[in-house]
Amino acid sequence: MNEPVEHNAPLLELKNLHVGIPGRRGSVDIVRDVSFSIMPGEAFGLVGESGSGKSLTALSLIRLLKKPLKVSQGQILFKGDDLQNLTDRAMRQMRGDRIAMIFQEPMTALNPLKTVGRQIAEMFVLHKGMGWAEAGRKAVDALASVHVPAPEERVRAYPHQMSGGMRQRVMIAIALACDPDLLIADEPTTALDVTVQDEVLKLIAELCAARGTAVLLISHDLGVIANMCQRVGVMYSGRLVEERDTYDLFADPRHPYTKGLLGALPRLGTRHGAAGRQRLVDIDSLIKDRDTLLQEFCFEPRNPVRDPRLRAGMAGGVE
Amino acid sequence: MRRFNLNLWLGGVLTLIVIVGAVFAPWLTSLDPVFDANLMYAEEPPSGQFWFGTDEQGRDVYTRVLYGARISLTVGIVSQIINSVIGLSLGISAAYWGGWWDDLVNGLTNVMLAIPSLIFALAIMAILGPGLPSLLIALGLTNWSWTCRIARSSTLSLKGQGYVQAASTLGYSDIRIMWTQLLPNMVGPILVISTLGIGAAVLAEAALSFLGLGIRPPFPSWGAMLTGARELIVIAPWAAVFPGLAIFVTVLGFNLLGDGLRDYLDPHMRTRQQ
Amino acid sequence: MKDNATTAPPLLEIRDLHVHFPVGNKLFARNRRLLRAVSGINLSLGHGECLSIVGESGCGKSTTALAVMGLQEPTSGDILVDGQSIIGDNAPGRMDRARIAQMVFQDPYASLNPRQTVHRSLAAPLRLHGTPNSEIDDRVADILKKVGLLPEHGARFPHEFSGGQRQRIGIARALILGPRILMLDEPVSALDVSVRAQIINLLLDLQEDLSLSFVMISHDLGVVEHMSDRVAVMYFGQIVELGRWDAIFARPTHPYTRKLIATIPDPDTVLHPDRDRRAGKAPEPPAGYRFCPEDIGRPDVYSVPAESALIEIGPGHFVRCATA
Repeated sequence: MNEPVEHNAPLLELKNLHVGIPGRRGSVDIVRDVSFSIMPGEAFGLVGESGSGKSLTALSLIRLLKKPLKVSQGQILFKGDDLQNLTDRAMRQMRGDRIAMIFQEPMTALNPLKTVGRQIAEMFVLHKGMGWAEAGRKAVDALASVHVPAPEERVRAYPHQMSGGMRQRVMIAIALACDPDLLIADEPTTALDVTVQDEVLKLIAELCAARGTAVLLISHDLGVIANMCQRVGVMYSGRLVEERDTYDLFADPRHPYTKGLLGALPRLGTRHGAAGRQRLVDIDSLIKDRDTLLQEFCFEPRNPVRDPRLRAGMAGGVE
Repeated sequence: MRRFNLNLWLGGVLTLIVIVGAVFAPWLTSLDPVFDANLMYAEEPPSGQFWFGTDEQGRDVYTRVLYGARISLTVGIVSQIINSVIGLSLGISAAYWGGWWDDLVNGLTNVMLAIPSLIFALAIMAILGPGLPSLLIALGLTNWSWTCRIARSSTLSLKGQGYVQAASTLGYSDIRIMWTQLLPNMVGPILVISTLGIGAAVLAEAALSFLGLGIRPPFPSWGAMLTGARELIVIAPWAAVFPGLAIFVTVLGFNLLGDGLRDYLDPHMRTRQQ
Repeated sequence: MKDNATTAPPLLEIRDLHVHFPVGNKLFARNRRLLRAVSGINLSLGHGECLSIVGESGCGKSTTALAVMGLQEPTSGDILVDGQSIIGDNAPGRMDRARIAQMVFQDPYASLNPRQTVHRSLAAPLRLHGTPNSEIDDRVADILKKVGLLPEHGARFPHEFSGGQRQRIGIARALILGPRILMLDEPVSALDVSVRAQIINLLLDLQEDLSLSFVMISHDLGVVEHMSDRVAVMYFGQIVELGRWDAIFARPTHPYTRKLIATIPDPDTVLHPDRDRRAGKAPEPPAGYRFCPEDIGRPDVYSVPAESALIEIGPGHFVRCATA
């Protein structure tokens, strides 16, 4: 799982993606100039605080942005084709089949009136053209694959009869039913207890590795990202401020914001002795300087030639 | 940006017309609704002089409809205030205290919902006799169950909120918590249900007066006017049409206003950036 | 930590606290069962100490907190403040109780009354407790400054503030009456990482400046390690391990504590896979005992827990065991 295949073309490639609210005088962009790529089978993490634009970036991939938000610029290449050129119908076919999603709250993502077996079976009927009987049998297998105990009985259960962890397993079963190429997981475990979170994350990692599914994991939790992903992108106020291999990023964060974020985290094992706490880093003091920096940077988004000063800042020259 | 709320606007305009008519009745007509009867002009069709025509006693229907609005609105608003006070105190206290009091209030609410409120009001009117005060009491005692339900469910969801618990740990008395922490935070839904309730009360007043149990003639209640016009429906339909129309417009106005307010106050209907 | 037990009674003492809830049908008694949210908690909090109660949802940590706050009637047991019971017949009145303990809530968006200005939220309790009107404005301004806000902020409504600022206001409200104990219920778990750091720093500064005593409820072990003096690990109504923070984190002994610590997503495992907390041999229970509960997979909150006791395995370090 640790060696991304170099010679392959990227599975997903975002090029200068901007997401914003269209207005009379051009779009007011919330996500600005985000570019990254995900190789087949790779796990890529997008980390950031609320409002950083990480979820909007993900939603724009699968065309689930809520009005009035729109992709205002840039390309979203999936296996070389721009997803924006797809018709709505083709996009619906793509969702769930080639690109699957898991959301934070499994209770709202599952239909409370249908059994979980039926909801899994629907994926086979919808995307693989199976009959209901066959799809029903496949649903049992799918539940078994996410380690739900007694899957033959659990297919008949309704979402409210399951615990949060079980529901998230069902979501994973639905998402991976059609062997998608890419799984987008938006804060998949934030609503769960830590021990359940651990199990669910392990399950996602295990299943995706076995099937060669690439993962785009979105989280505010640096620990989750660190344990799951080979590469990480850090987002701040709509921009990708640093994108590195996971080890490099945690070993040697370059962007001041990333440094701040890592310093702000009360990490296990950092306290020594009775009073030996290190004071946590207050990012705000960093941001005041950085905001002006980012701002200059933002006002020329359509200019591909970036300010060299800022480029140095992005690459890690600014302290 | 918020979508144009047709219900709110239409309901607001209709309600405003009725309120203006009621408040400014003496300035909008020179006649008296009761004493300006002139049999010379009985059953005149609508004309430049009598815009809505005249009734069997030669009274101006336009004037009587205007003054009727005063009665309808008074009954609607005052009885709804009584309903709100009863419903809010029962609903909030039941949910906040829980236990046997909650069971009792719940049971009472269910009983009230099971009895058709008009029949209940009829029974009260039969005991108290006709007239404005008994009408207010009858309608004020029979239509609080929805308010109570909403107050109760709002309280149940609010009482787990941090600020309500904090108020309790800060030493606030229960009554003070209900008054300062719970009540202000359920104004929206209560306003909606009360607006709808006014419409229902206007209709109920008309029905009771029509049956002769509400406002007695010669006072110009729309319901009573309908009773009087019943026998003339073929000869002088205007005497029935205009009070009927007034009831229709008022009830429609309050219902639209209520629906519009619900949409307006519902946070889900607003596009809000978290 | 000084040993207060020998000299003076601890600030707060929880003795054999039980909280049970009847669940099931109201009318048919035979369908009723008791949910044992808290079954037999013993804890004490020293002056100026930060005691953390950790555990997953449903373990009873919040119920314990609510019982201390007087928001949940205990089924049995006693809660003492400075050696005086605050439960049952000797319970102090509402007003006295308000000066004993105050709470900082998890969700900063639900913890402030949206219809009251910040000033009103802070001034009303003071007025209620008889502070002269002339002093109220000064006290409110003072507390706002203490939590890192400006006195001008008082005129605003909660929705005009960010989550972190709201949490500061929540802390200000909890401190306004000068309570003996501050109950922190997941004080930072709803906040972003950067804001979280600011609030943690603020709480630690306040603890030092005002010599506050904290009871913190949390499931975030990173925060717990950073802030606590002592840690109690709860598992389905019982304390399974209790000790000083360094003992708990350096020598986690009970299987549940070990599982909890092992499952925290820790960014440092990327850098130091050798220091992985998941590795390492599980310690043996003390001689003659076995850990209790042994099976930490399927808890039963309805039946009476098996006979067990907290056994001291190090100075002030206890683990729940049953005789083998």
